[in-house]
Amino acid sequence: MAILSKEEAKKILEKVISLSKADGCSVTLNGNDRGNIRYARNSVSTAGENSNIVLGVQSYYGKKSGSATINEFDDASLEKVVRRSEELAKLAPENPEFMDPLPQQNYGPDSKTFSEATANITPDFRAQAAADSINPAAAKDVTAAGYLEDSRGFSCMMTSKGLYAYNKATSVDFTVTMRSNDGTGSGWAAADLNDVSKLNAADISKIAIDKALMSRNAKAIEPGKYTVILEPSAGADLIRLMLNMNARQADEGRSFLSKKGGGTKLGEKLVDERVNIYTDPWSEDVPASPWSGDGLARKKMDLIRNGAVANLIYDRYWATQKNVEAVPFPGNAIMDGGSASLEDMIKDTKKGILVTRFWYIRPVDPQTLLYTGLTRDGTFYIENGKIKHPIKNFRFNESPIIMLNNLETLGQQKRAVTSEGGTNVYIPYMKIRDFTFSSLSDAV
Amino acid sequence: MKRRDFIHLAGMGASAAVLAGIPSFGKAIPPERALETIDVAQKKQMADVALNAARSKGATYTDVRIGRYLNQFVITREDKVENIVNTESYGMGVRVIANGGWGFAATDKLDKDSIAKTAELAVAIAKENSRLLSEPVQLVPQKGYGEVSWKAPIEKNSFEVPVKEKVDLLLSVNDAAIKGGANYINSFLFTVNEQKYFASTDGSYIDQDIHRIWPTFFITKIDAATGKFETRNALSAPMGMGYEYLNARPQDKIKGPTTLYKGRYDMIEDARAGAQQAGEKLKAKSVEAGKYDLILDPSHLWLTIHESVGHPTELDRVLGYEANFAGTSFLTLDKWESKKFNFGNKNVNLFADKQQIGSLGAVGYDDEGVQCGRWDLVKDGILVNYQAIRDQAHIIGLTASQGCCYADSWSSVQFQRMPNVSLQASKEKRSVDDLIKNVEKGIYIIGDGSFSIDQQRYNFQFGGQLYYEIKNGKIAGMLKDVAYQANTHEFWNSCAGTADESDYRLGGSFFDGKGQPSQSSAVSHGSATTHFKGVNVINTSRNIG
Repeated sequence: MAILSKEEAKKILEKVISLSKADGCSVTLNGNDRGNIRYARNSVSTAGENSNIVLGVQSYYGKKSGSATINEFDDASLEKVVRRSEELAKLAPENPEFMDPLPQQNYGPDSKTFSEATANITPDFRAQAAADSINPAAAKDVTAAGYLEDSRGFSCMMTSKGLYAYNKATSVDFTVTMRSNDGTGSGWAAADLNDVSKLNAADISKIAIDKALMSRNAKAIEPGKYTVILEPSAGADLIRLMLNMNARQADEGRSFLSKKGGGTKLGEKLVDERVNIYTDPWSEDVPASPWSGDGLARKKMDLIRNGAVANLIYDRYWATQKNVEAVPFPGNAIMDGGSASLEDMIKDTKKGILVTRFWYIRPVDPQTLLYTGLTRDGTFYIENGKIKHPIKNFRFNESPIIMLNNLETLGQQKRAVTSEGGTNVYIPYMKIRDFTFSSLSDAV
Repeated sequence: MKRRDFIHLAGMGASAAVLAGIPSFGKAIPPERALETIDVAQKKQMADVALNAARSKGATYTDVRIGRYLNQFVITREDKVENIVNTESYGMGVRVIANGGWGFAATDKLDKDSIAKTAELAVAIAKENSRLLSEPVQLVPQKGYGEVSWKAPIEKNSFEVPVKEKVDLLLSVNDAAIKGGANYINSFLFTVNEQKYFASTDGSYIDQDIHRIWPTFFITKIDAATGKFETRNALSAPMGMGYEYLNARPQDKIKGPTTLYKGRYDMIEDARAGAQQAGEKLKAKSVEAGKYDLILDPSHLWLTIHESVGHPTELDRVLGYEANFAGTSFLTLDKWESKKFNFGNKNVNLFADKQQIGSLGAVGYDDEGVQCGRWDLVKDGILVNYQAIRDQAHIIGLTASQGCCYADSWSSVQFQRMPNVSLQASKEKRSVDDLIKNVEKGIYIIGDGSFSIDQQRYNFQFGGQLYYEIKNGKIAGMLKDVAYQANTHEFWNSCAGTADESDYRLGGSFFDGKGQPSQSSAVSHGSATTHFKGVNVINTSRNIG
């Protein structure tokens, strides 16, 4: 599939809109090419490519709406998808929360989500990345398992009220787990980028190999409250959990952002005052689309400023109920850092634990944002400014809100790869006191 | 459909660049379209085109899956219908072995030319991949079955039930909850029909019709004075059934501190109870951390079985194929080879199957044309087997596949997925009351809640929906802030017995994720209520100001 340009896509969407007989409609067109390679046991297991393009039409009559999709673009198919969405809209029950489509929005300049280099990745490149991972592993008595997936695509949206939004994006995600052949050590490293020219699979693999070898024969230490240094992946796994700053849930009284006695915590101090988190679609480090799925324009906006809740996310319906401007869901999050390197932070720690990443993170209590999960693939004990020895993995029970109230130091920032998905984040290494580890795990 | 699509559709997550209401995993269709079927003779013709094209390009083995996947979602909150979506995804996947390696390609263009080209592409990919192989694929032999079919034994096709009837049901459920004191309720009805056709060069042509249903809700109750809130989720199970699941008869109900459901579900009654119990939870005593005996209801225990037994006995995890994502397993081959690894207490018998009527895993044949059966995983406490597919069977000395192959779409390549994994109920007559009366200090847990387990499946933590304190053999009232933590091996060795077959029930998941790119599968886990001794319980309450 070719990536349609802003003008090419616009022509198709204009044709679809012109076919509408309903009160109005919104049309989306999303196309994506993906390629991947997967390896395990120091051997490639699967590799493939796929291509997908979908046109979606949502038609409405008053408060009744219906949606239909199609992947063919001849005139007859376009007519068919419009009529089908109209038929479904007529059959649908009224939704009092349905919002008419938006008129044109001001999206500002394009963001840097697209990279020509990534768009041009070939199967050879993927195979080489796998080889750059497998060969050094095999040479060190380590077994590699990894996955590289790249994608290039475009998204656009048009409404019968005159809105047109377009963005094209590329991404490359590379993760690798190295396990020592004696089964006692495991290391992980990863990169999540828009521009593949910044990817060095061999370097990333080396970090994972070093961690696997360093983490062999881990010692058990007692669970309890510890000072931790969280690498950006570990920190991001918890920070991303507090980014769903949904105003409606908070107003309804069922969120960590609900206030006792009613209302929300907007404007109130939530965490340590050194914490600043904001979103910015035009970030060079974690670019995001300048518009969200409902067509709203994203802006550079504070989420947490000096430890206080600076903004909540209002969908269009809830914004009308609360008489405020709608605020789209952020496409990224950036947390301010400091100047300390990881080495500085270790040097400055009397007793503590270095965490590479977390795993299997699940909610325990939505009221306090308490989550549980485990450390994985490289957990080390720090004593008197030095990494002393690897330790067995821990289960934690912790809330990112409590964690950010126990902040000691913010270090240098990095684009983080989270273990279980979520918004792209650019966050610092963090030193936290009194982080709650509640039990030991034998898992390597 | 994947979990993230479900979350998107249900409006529970933040949308990416996708307009709300437009599904990203299939075409939206009018509801009546779901009642159309595709002629089996036509499917055989299409399959033969692919089989012949692959063979002519040098494939030594080929299988073809023609899949039509129908989904319907009805999504409501309080007195509003939020979304009704009907989708269809239809296409063909062709998997081949050429030069000793696997290749796979898929298409949704089902004319002869496109099918032949797809088969040829699969062969080309296999030849390319074979250059990176350390050893050729070894398939355990499989006989061809000729032209056969299998249909889920449902009573009422959910897709024949008018959408209005489903909307009315959910709005009645919501009404019952709100009248019962709930502040909010979200309710959902998901129905699935997989029409799958499989053909292979072994000489099988298998037509299957599979149905699934999942009614569920989430209730929230808020205490305005304290600003605290509690939730209570439905005690339903996703099932491999038709709409009859929603027609609960008196004999399907088990009375106790709350009504439990066996094979059929009364959604309105459960919502009414749920609203009241969410209120009780607000006033319940916060648990004191420590060791407790646990009495686990099947509506809860299914998930513990899934995570601590189902996943570690997956052979691909044991071998390291999932090391970079889902993880590996503590059940290494040496433990199985020793024939004396006591996974659990002697009274623990865990079995795998894809046959239980009404289960999510039930099919006649798996996605590589193997007739499905039942086998022991843990027998009298000892690890005796794993879950394997055709290219793994030789590794554990099997002469036939166990039929665990599954793909979540025609466009995904099939791989080893978990069958139903269940705990055998007691053969001796034993009721839930018999279990409870032997407990001095314990907690009776109903419904699934928070869940987390490490990447080798040793350390886990689970929560539930309802917690009842047991003191000196009697239920003493409701608790809250409960979660238990254990090591899989210690936990199953602390099993003090289960209730008998009359209490055996299924729980399950629509969205078990595995693989990169990730695929989703539906699986059930059965058990009767079971007693575990001296498990570590933590208190999960916190204060964030």
